[in-house]
Amino acid sequence: MAPGVNGSGTPMTRTQVVDAYFMEHRARLLDVAAFLDRVDRAAVGDDDFRMRAFRAAVSILGDGRPDRARRVLELLSDPSTDLVAKAGMKGATGAHDPAKGGG
Amino acid sequence: MVDVYIDPHVHMVSRTTDDYVRMARAGCVAITEPAFWAGYDRSSPKGFFDYFRQLTEFEPRRAAQYGIRHHTWLCINPKEAEDPVFAREVIGLIPGFLERENVLGIGEIGLNKNSRNELEILEAHLQLASDHGLLVLVHTPHLEDKLKGTRLIMDAIRRFPKLDPGRVLIDHVEEHTVGHVLDRGFWCGMTLYPDTKCTPQRAVDIIECWGSERIWMNSAGDWGHSDPIAVPKAQMEMRRRGHLESLVRRVTFENPERFLSQSGRFSAQPLRPTAPDVTR
Ligand SMILES: [Zn+2]
Repeated sequence: MAPGVNGSGTPMTRTQVVDAYFMEHRARLLDVAAFLDRVDRAAVGDDDFRMRAFRAAVSILGDGRPDRARRVLELLSDPSTDLVAKAGMKGATGAHDPAKGGG
Repeated sequence: MVDVYIDPHVHMVSRTTDDYVRMARAGCVAITEPAFWAGYDRSSPKGFFDYFRQLTEFEPRRAAQYGIRHHTWLCINPKEAEDPVFAREVIGLIPGFLERENVLGIGEIGLNKNSRNELEILEAHLQLASDHGLLVLVHTPHLEDKLKGTRLIMDAIRRFPKLDPGRVLIDHVEEHTVGHVLDRGFWCGMTLYPDTKCTPQRAVDIIECWGSERIWMNSAGDWGHSDPIAVPKAQMEMRRRGHLESLVRRVTFENPERFLSQSGRFSAQPLRPTAPDVTR
C-alpha cells in the first residue's frame, strides 16, 4: 500500500493550509535555524552522529520530493535487522549511531 | 462541540483525578490501560502482582467515579524483559488475572531495544495470547529503534498462526511504519505525544494519506511529558480542517470500539458517575 491510495486527502485548499499553519511553522523553522546557530556557537566539541543525522535530515526538507516525514524518520532509523545481544540502556537517542553498526 | 471518544491507551495509574475530570468533560467514555514500566524496575515479581490488582480492582473504581469505563491489558513490558527468569515469573502470574472482567488481553508487549531477551519474552507473551485466544496490544520501540523493532515484532507474531492480525493492534506507528503495519493486516495505533511519536497534526496527516481503516489514536498519557486529552485535540484538528463528523467519529470511537469489542469484555456504554466507596 502507498500513501494516498486509501486516504481521504485533505479537504483544505493550499491557501487554507498555509493560512492555518504558516505562522506556527515559521516559528518552528526559526527554532531550527537558531538551534543550528547555537550548535555552531558552542566552541568546544564537534558534531556527533545526532547532528550529522540532523543536518542530513534538513537537506531532505529542501529536496522538493514528497513523503518528507517518512524519509526523515527512515534516515534517523537503525537500518540493521539483527537482534542486539543485550539491551544496554532503556532509552533512545533519536538518531542511529553508525558506529554501532548497521550502516 | 463535544463528542464522545475512547482513549484506548492511557496509563491512568500515573494520572490525577483532575485528569479524569478533564477527560470526562472532553467526552471520554471509555479507556483501556496497558500494563507498562513504572519508570523504575520492580524489585520483585510480587510488585507486578500488586500492579495487576491495581489495574483490575482499584483503577476501574476510580475511573467509574468520573463516568469512564476502565479496561486493562496485562504483561511485563519490554523494558523489564532483559531478565528472562524474572519476566517468566511475572508471566506466570497473568493467567490468575485473565478472568477479571476488565481484562481485554495481553499488552503492551513488544520490543524496546530489539534485544534477544526482549524477543524471547515477547514470544512467551504471544504464546500465552495464542493459548488463551486473547487480543494483543503491541508497543513498538522508540525513535531510531522503531522501524527495525516493528518489523521484528510483526515477524514474531507471524510465527504464531493462531494469532489473527485482525486481533492484534500495533501501537505508536509513525509515517515510516504505518504502511508496513496496515499491509500485513494488523490494526495500528497513533500515539499523540508532545515531543516524540505523533502530534495531533501529523496523526491527521496520516489519516489523510492512509485512510481510516484499522487505525485509532491514543494519548498514551503516563508519568512523563504527555497529554491525557490529546485525542479530543486531534478531533478538533480534524474539524478545523473540514473533515466530516463521520470520519472524526470513526477514528476516535467506532474503530477502537470495533477492535476492542472482539474481546467480549469491552463497553463504551454511558456510565453514570459512581460515588466513591468510603468503606474501602
Ligand atoms: Zn503505553
